[in-house]
Amino acid sequence: MQVQTETPWRLDHIIIPLILFLGFCAGMAEWARSPDWRMVVQGWTFAGCMAVIGAWYMWMYSGRVPDDESGPYCDTVVKAGVVAAMFWGIAGMLVGVIIALQLSFPNLFYFPDLAWTNFGRLRPLHTSAVIFAFGGNVLIATSFYVVQRTCKARLWGGSLPWFVFWGYNTFILLAGTGYLLGITQAREYAEPEWYADIWLTIVWVCYLLTFLGAIMKRKEPHIYVANWFYLAFIVTIAVLHIVNNLAMPVSLLGSKSYSLFSGVQDALIQWWYGHNAVGFFLTAGFLGIVYYFIPKRAQRPVYSYRLSIIHFWSLIFIYIWAGPHHLLFTALPEWVQTLGMTFSIILWMPSWGGMINGLMTLSGAWDKLRTDPVLRMLVVSVAFYGMATFEGPVMSIKTVNALSHYTNWTIGHVHSGALGWVGYVSFGAIYCLVPWLWKKKLYSNALVEWHFWISTLGIVLYITSMWVAGIMQGLMWRAYNDYGFLEYSFVEVVQAMHPYYIIRAIGGAMYLAGTLVMAFNLWRTVSNGAPEISLPKDMIAEPAQ
Amino acid sequence: MSDKKNEIDDVSGTETTGHEWDGIKELNTPLPRWWIGIFYACIVWAIGYWIVMPAWPTLNGYTHGWFNHSQRDDVMAQVGLLKAARASKERELSNATLAQIQSNPELLQFAQAEGKSAFGDNCAPCHGSGGQGAHGYPNLNDDVWLWGGSLADIQHTITVGVRSTAAETRQSQMPSFGRDAMLKPAQVDDLTEYVVHLSGRPANGAAVTRATKLFADNCAMCHGPEGKGNRTMGAPNLTDNDWLYGPRREDIHDQIWNGHGGVMPTWGGRLTPETIKALAVYVHGLGGGE
Repeated sequence: MQVQTETPWRLDHIIIPLILFLGFCAGMAEWARSPDWRMVVQGWTFAGCMAVIGAWYMWMYSGRVPDDESGPYCDTVVKAGVVAAMFWGIAGMLVGVIIALQLSFPNLFYFPDLAWTNFGRLRPLHTSAVIFAFGGNVLIATSFYVVQRTCKARLWGGSLPWFVFWGYNTFILLAGTGYLLGITQAREYAEPEWYADIWLTIVWVCYLLTFLGAIMKRKEPHIYVANWFYLAFIVTIAVLHIVNNLAMPVSLLGSKSYSLFSGVQDALIQWWYGHNAVGFFLTAGFLGIVYYFIPKRAQRPVYSYRLSIIHFWSLIFIYIWAGPHHLLFTALPEWVQTLGMTFSIILWMPSWGGMINGLMTLSGAWDKLRTDPVLRMLVVSVAFYGMATFEGPVMSIKTVNALSHYTNWTIGHVHSGALGWVGYVSFGAIYCLVPWLWKKKLYSNALVEWHFWISTLGIVLYITSMWVAGIMQGLMWRAYNDYGFLEYSFVEVVQAMHPYYIIRAIGGAMYLAGTLVMAFNLWRTVSNGAPEISLPKDMIAEPAQ
Repeated sequence: MSDKKNEIDDVSGTETTGHEWDGIKELNTPLPRWWIGIFYACIVWAIGYWIVMPAWPTLNGYTHGWFNHSQRDDVMAQVGLLKAARASKERELSNATLAQIQSNPELLQFAQAEGKSAFGDNCAPCHGSGGQGAHGYPNLNDDVWLWGGSLADIQHTITVGVRSTAAETRQSQMPSFGRDAMLKPAQVDDLTEYVVHLSGRPANGAAVTRATKLFADNCAMCHGPEGKGNRTMGAPNLTDNDWLYGPRREDIHDQIWNGHGGVMPTWGGRLTPETIKALAVYVHGLGGGE
């Protein structure tokens, strides 16, 4: 049993309440003083979150030692992350289906008097909800779980992990409601305004501290590869987030701010950020999941330690250069475009290193794919990762990009990564985590099979329709007639997209349906699943301190 | 790696690294040769690309590469080629009158092609990609013309627009007889019946009789005593069963009550005179040209 050695006072018991109190005051100030009603709503939302978290914090420590400080590891916060991820995942995918239908049938979900239902506001809500709310909670939860197990150490900072969880989800709420109110920086994947960005910076530094603290305290001589990837993700996202959001608010009582950069420099900073949000949030972070959950689930050693070193360092060194490929054939100087394109090509093999290590770890355990749909999901995710990281470099080649840029091909590419790779690896990890954390047997393997097949069909419909639509769109835009005039008008190209938009919406709805099946399965597992009688030996946690 | 013998994995026969985290071990498999080969090949290719193309920043510029390539020059050259290819026909178009264009099959075809392209990007959002129109936006395929369907009329309408910003824009205003209380609600009801009657459909006889004088006093000035319309004022013909704002009684009532009038932009100054000529020829050729 663990002996709690309470010091008379703890830093986290001072700093976290202080942050919450200051945040509450700032929110109240906006509520009371801002001339902009949208900022008033944001202030009210933020102050409300601070108050609720503060009350929860007091409750957690009221006359007892919380679970996360009595057990060997902080696991309740991981459970909270899993629940939050499922909630935001379903919300974000639902919004995705709605906006897909808006594109297919513009009059179907059209309320001119309700500005927040407009595509322009719902689209960032969808992207942020699935990337940052769903993906972010998955990354926080899995990184907390993995770093503690592979370091045999508890997360650092007492209640700090909980502050990271609540603080991050407060950011999500602030950002999402802000979009609906019409508050945006108009920077893709960096839409939240200055005050939300400052809050996220505070939370992210705490995330880094609690994660790094566990690594510093580790009882293992070496740092496991999954933790390299998680750490690269946390550090780089901090840098990207801060630089891309350097901006001057018009007023401390208003939402609007102006970027520190302008013109093409501004665009390049934005896409340096945007591409590396893909590289470090959606790739490095989720590779951390691959490196823990696949060997764990397959009960096989990682294929190649050497490959993991080489592909880790090459991936993080090269990814950071690839941003300019989002701005080919724009005002961006040609030499910058060249660097963006060539580094994207060089990035191909470093990306595939992760795929090889993920897939080849299965050697000696391929038969499990037939019987274990969770492992199959993890492996298929790595296959989609390999496909998307091949397609990406291809699309960065200028001659290909001249056709694919601004078309639905890009949307298809993004979603083969988002649905196939990020979605599946997250689902696989959550299917592992819920039985491990709640110590229950998964309610139904058959439902996992259903989830797998419904969503796989959905992905196939989604990406094939967008490939066809995108290539057709690109060809129609550049078609000239014999006299040198454009063959098709913009409207005609939009008309030609219609059937593919419908197929895409169906594919997305199937993917959402699969997630709902998963949520049901997990809910039944937790609420009345059979208890796991005997835990596998390696599941019995060893004391951390 | 350490000197001591590490554990050998049974399945692959490969040595492990001797580390273990939470039950996870790692094999010491060498890098796949095809992987490292392709990786190097990509790097070599990139270096080659950097040598021949603009690539790296320097203190006072950037490396221009062997070919001294410029993407901007490429674009200018391509635009230049396109302009050159169109130049002779464009000159002909510029010098020809609308009638001359019509009588020169080759030039007509060119004008039609240019007109179709310009129509798609400028006119189709309101008039439809086939010129079929929509509620409040005239159909350009039929032979009903508010401001005239000759080549010259169409060209002029495109140039100056309708209820737009140009000084000489086509200007007409159907009054809001009901909304502005110029007529009583019952009178608007009666006029609705009268207009239905004008279009040759069965209508309430008593109302038509009551509205006869109303029509002569309020509507005939623009629409003509017989309701046949007047193109110089842009007043629609009310007898042809072609309705810009809908054929039903409530549509007609709504139009008398509110007096809707759409706006068409002034395209002169935004499009070149040649493009407007081409558009006139294209629209004229859609089916209803006079």
